[in-house]
Amino acid sequence: MKIKSTTVVDTFAEAFKMYGSRVIITAETKEWAMAAAQSITGFATSVIGCKCEAGIEAIIDADESPDLRPGVSVLIFAMDAESLGKRLMERIGQCVMTCPTTACYNGLSSGSPVIVGGQLRYFGDGHQISKVLGESKLWRIPVMDGEFLVDDKFNLQESVGGGNLLILGKDQKATLKAASAATKAMRELSDIILPFPNGVVRSGSKVGSKYKKLIASTNDAYCPTLRGVVENSELDDGINSVLEIVIDGLTLEAVEQAMRVGAIAAAKPGIKKISAGNYGGGLGQYHIHLHKLGLEA
Amino acid sequence: MALKLKLHTKPEVPLEADCICPDRMQSLSLAEIENLTVFHGNRQVPLKDFFECSGDFDGEIDVEGDLVDVKHIASAMSFGKITVSGNVGVHTGAAMSGGEIIIEGDASDWVGPEMLGGRITIKGNAGHMVGSGYRGSTIGMQGGEIIVHGNVKNETGHVMRRGLIVIGGNSGDFTGVNMVAGTIIVLGEMGIRPGAGMKRGSIICQTKSELLPTFTKSCDYQPSFLRHYFKYLQSLGLTISDSLMNSPFERWCGDSIELNRGEILLYAGK
Repeated sequence: MKIKSTTVVDTFAEAFKMYGSRVIITAETKEWAMAAAQSITGFATSVIGCKCEAGIEAIIDADESPDLRPGVSVLIFAMDAESLGKRLMERIGQCVMTCPTTACYNGLSSGSPVIVGGQLRYFGDGHQISKVLGESKLWRIPVMDGEFLVDDKFNLQESVGGGNLLILGKDQKATLKAASAATKAMRELSDIILPFPNGVVRSGSKVGSKYKKLIASTNDAYCPTLRGVVENSELDDGINSVLEIVIDGLTLEAVEQAMRVGAIAAAKPGIKKISAGNYGGGLGQYHIHLHKLGLEA
Repeated sequence: MALKLKLHTKPEVPLEADCICPDRMQSLSLAEIENLTVFHGNRQVPLKDFFECSGDFDGEIDVEGDLVDVKHIASAMSFGKITVSGNVGVHTGAAMSGGEIIIEGDASDWVGPEMLGGRITIKGNAGHMVGSGYRGSTIGMQGGEIIVHGNVKNETGHVMRRGLIVIGGNSGDFTGVNMVAGTIIVLGEMGIRPGAGMKRGSIICQTKSELLPTFTKSCDYQPSFLRHYFKYLQSLGLTISDSLMNSPFERWCGDSIELNRGEILLYAGK
């Protein structure tokens, strides 16, 4: 299969069941909302080393936000619900509550609830106030610039992590340009995030290592400097750079749609192949086959 | 099709009609509904002596007429919807726990006393003791919402513990007296001594108000949570100006003769 002159490899992305949540952050200005969003999504590229994966989903206009102030929507994913609950507590407490003028709201209408504001409230040292309006319960925690407002509960839902695309290019410049085009197109979509720096990862990994302490190590089959060194290189002659885009989404459909949009956008001159990473199919619950994404359409 | 009740004979003395309630009328035939008992003074009479009944009960009841002398409409209501095209008497929605009551006209005293849940909307004015506890009770309204588009009289939200009361116009004296918790929003002016004896809870008023000396000013600030309430009130058809939405409020804490954990937020805009 080809998109323009780019070959789409007949393979699949191996994705995993994760738990996800949507956090809505608002503030007096979009700059402060973004500051908190960047903070809460910091050091959250991969569960391999960060305990969670997080990213900015969308900018929210004031007239569409819960409190009519500028906002940012953030998605956070972890491997299980308990872990995700802890991450929400830590990150909202340390990264959002600390940021001037912010408020923080649950952004999922369905899923299983986990208490977040109801735990953070203790920071108020007895001066916190709860407010119940309709189905929602909010906590007002006194802070030095006024009050931090946070939802009592945040919903978690089963999600999909680890959808991915591998962009195999003739050189670093062309590959980077294609990856940037892909991430730009994918960021227009909702329900997904691209957790790596600017949406792109260069240090793709394989499971295990020659070193027993490591659970993951460099994806040598896709390292151009190792062609001719490792036996399982996937790189043909003329492929000198590979970049990966990892996608986490609230639903399988959202991840598939992002891969579809990303693959089409990445198929630019200089891109030899578009592939996907997997572990042989034995680890992940979801196999997203590139040839079944409807790319030919 | 909703059940329709039309007042055909105005009662000479107050009529107690707590049977006008979805909980009492569900699964009854029209004939059985017509023969539900009401108290006309101290006499028990069938509902049909005062109301013309038609239609079928499907969870909704439409009532027509000036019911200013009809008491206890929708007492202990837990589901469904009642719409009254006119005025209602005292104790409407007493101890209500769910469903919705819409009054197109005015309501007398004691709207939603000791209410637990659901929503009462009064398009006109209401009397004294909206969402209050009965005399001697230490806990009044414990949940739900009472939305009055017009004015109310005294002691709104007396010993209120939870829930929301919104007054689109003015409220009388002692708004939120002995309030335990919950939220009262007054979009007009409040009478004297709001929040007297309040322990916790929030009273929000769009105008300046003279407070008791047992309240202390904390600060001027913009409470984020108020935007949620104002946005919600807009969705209910109440007018919230941009200046109110974006205004700072004076925060007064009190009542210091009690826990001093309550707050009165007064509009501090220009």
